[in-house]
Amino acid sequence: MGTESESNEGRAQDPALLRRLLRAKDRMDAASHEEWPVERLASVSGVSEAHFARSFKEAFGVPPHRYLLTRRIERAKALLRDTEQPIIDIALETGWQSLGTFGRVFKDVTGESPSELRTREQAATHALDEVPHCYVSAAYRPNLTMAVSEKRRREASDTKDSEDKTEVPK
Amino acid sequence: MTQGVGVAGIYVRDQDEALEFYVGKLGFRVHTDAKNGDYRWLTVQHPEQPSFQLGLYKPQPPTVDAATAETVSTIVAKGAMPPLVLIVDNCRTAYERLRKVGVEFTQEPVERYGAVDASFRDPSGNGWKMIEARG
Repeated sequence: MGTESESNEGRAQDPALLRRLLRAKDRMDAASHEEWPVERLASVSGVSEAHFARSFKEAFGVPPHRYLLTRRIERAKALLRDTEQPIIDIALETGWQSLGTFGRVFKDVTGESPSELRTREQAATHALDEVPHCYVSAAYRPNLTMAVSEKRRREASDTKDSEDKTEVPK
Repeated sequence: MTQGVGVAGIYVRDQDEALEFYVGKLGFRVHTDAKNGDYRWLTVQHPEQPSFQLGLYKPQPPTVDAATAETVSTIVAKGAMPPLVLIVDNCRTAYERLRKVGVEFTQEPVERYGAVDASFRDPSGNGWKMIEARG
């Protein structure tokens, strides 16, 4: 891709490349419920598909689809807390295609089922009116330091569902 | 007002580009544009806020060393600098006007808790929240 280095052994990433990778991150932030296949993200950033995921992870510390997953969970948590929408509606609205997958991934990531979280959060009071919404929202973003499949593996001594290798939250 | 914050600055990757953005697109005015060799002290002002200057600084020697300048540039480009908030009378109107002149919005106007807000970035990666003043 031109003269900009996408693969850099030990060197800092080019700020111009980082700015374009940020654009892909912004687009996921703005529409985390949409599908974001690598080719779409790569095209937003003007980066080759082969380099995108690695460049993104190097820039932002997590692979792009795990980042997307954290944004979806964050949004689902906010909807569970702030609305009375049925959980199936929240699952579909935040980008999952089935209630089952949503519930399973949600519990893997947060340690609670959607309904447990809703009950607990709605019992607590929130005094965050003076903080702009997106910063409040960020406080609810899960800190996913490992793949969901790995988290699941570590937490379950009886590892039955190792078939789920993908992090793409479909 | 005689006491208070007079200048707060942000890092930008290119001061000419930043000037074009903040003055040419957002409608700020130049307060000070002073060059001394490679160094340029550049501040702009919101037309309705004469007591405050927003500095548009390039991370570069001699204020910081070359390696630090590079590190800071990457932080700015990743959008990791602290958030900025711009207050406007009408968020949707401002959004339409700014979008037409090419401002990169990262969130369309959304109404929540009785106020409308949108988000945009400057060319360098600094993130702004644009919030409608509460009546």
